[in-house]
Amino acid sequence: MDYVNIVSIFCAAFAVSFGALGPALAEGRAVAAAMDAIARQPEAANTISRTLFVGLAMIETTAIYCLVIALLLLFANPMMP
Amino acid sequence: MDSPLQSLPLFMLGPVPIMAVLVLGAALLTRRLTLVPSKTQAAAELLVSTVDGQIRDVTGAAPAPYRAFVGTLFVFILIANWSSLIPGVTPPTATMETPAALAALVFLSIIWFGVRGGGVGGFLRGFALPNPVMIPLNMLESVTRSFSMFVRLFGNVMSGVFVIAIVGSLAALLVPIPLMVLDLLTGAVQAYIFAVLSMVFITSAVEKGKPRPAPQIEES
Repeated sequence: MDYVNIVSIFCAAFAVSFGALGPALAEGRAVAAAMDAIARQPEAANTISRTLFVGLAMIETTAIYCLVIALLLLFANPMMP
Repeated sequence: MDSPLQSLPLFMLGPVPIMAVLVLGAALLTRRLTLVPSKTQAAAELLVSTVDGQIRDVTGAAPAPYRAFVGTLFVFILIANWSSLIPGVTPPTATMETPAALAALVFLSIIWFGVRGGGVGGFLRGFALPNPVMIPLNMLESVTRSFSMFVRLFGNVMSGVFVIAIVGSLAALLVPIPLMVLDLLTGAVQAYIFAVLSMVFITSAVEKGKPRPAPQIEES
């Protein structure tokens, strides 16, 4: 097995694992804040949950970027022979 | 396993069947519009009024000029994402071409609506807000936000299809079903977000282009 393959596979796993870490923490904080807000003000639940969904998807995008980078490394690596 | 980043010639048909279904459905629905709506017409009117309400809630703008573009974006992406439920169909949004084309459409429509709202001068002046130092950053942002919409839609749908393919290759019976349910939710949320974000970007371009009232100096 080639050296480049090993490094790319390792880096893909590295990118996904650490790319999942940050968004997971951030999404937890966002959901916790939204729950807090809904508990305080249940009549605004519609607006809050709509904004929450949009925000969650924006946060999740960073994890998706890492996934795309990992797939690029695995499937479309320019260095790989 | 095939790479998810390249599209096979087999799937080059891509969004065309969905477009055909949408156009035919819209033509059939609007052919016989009555004042007292039938059930299908009531459903279509519900969809349109929901889109209108969302546009008004999210941006505060009058929905009429944007309804057609944003509503079509939403319905198209929703049906495209959910088309993965039909066995053997890869959703066109899971290949790179369709999200890229949609994001390019949004990029162009931001320019179009911005120029229509404030004229060429007003639209270009919007880049110099809040001050001229920001011009390069604003120009860069106008490209990168479209690009990030493209990667967001593509990455989310593609990763859903990819995960289902992997799980299905391990245990094909009944096990992928929870993931497919999650995929339905992701597809709906992504369609909603794509529409809402394009709406937000369009109205921000329109708002920036508008002539500003002179700041009122308070006499004291």
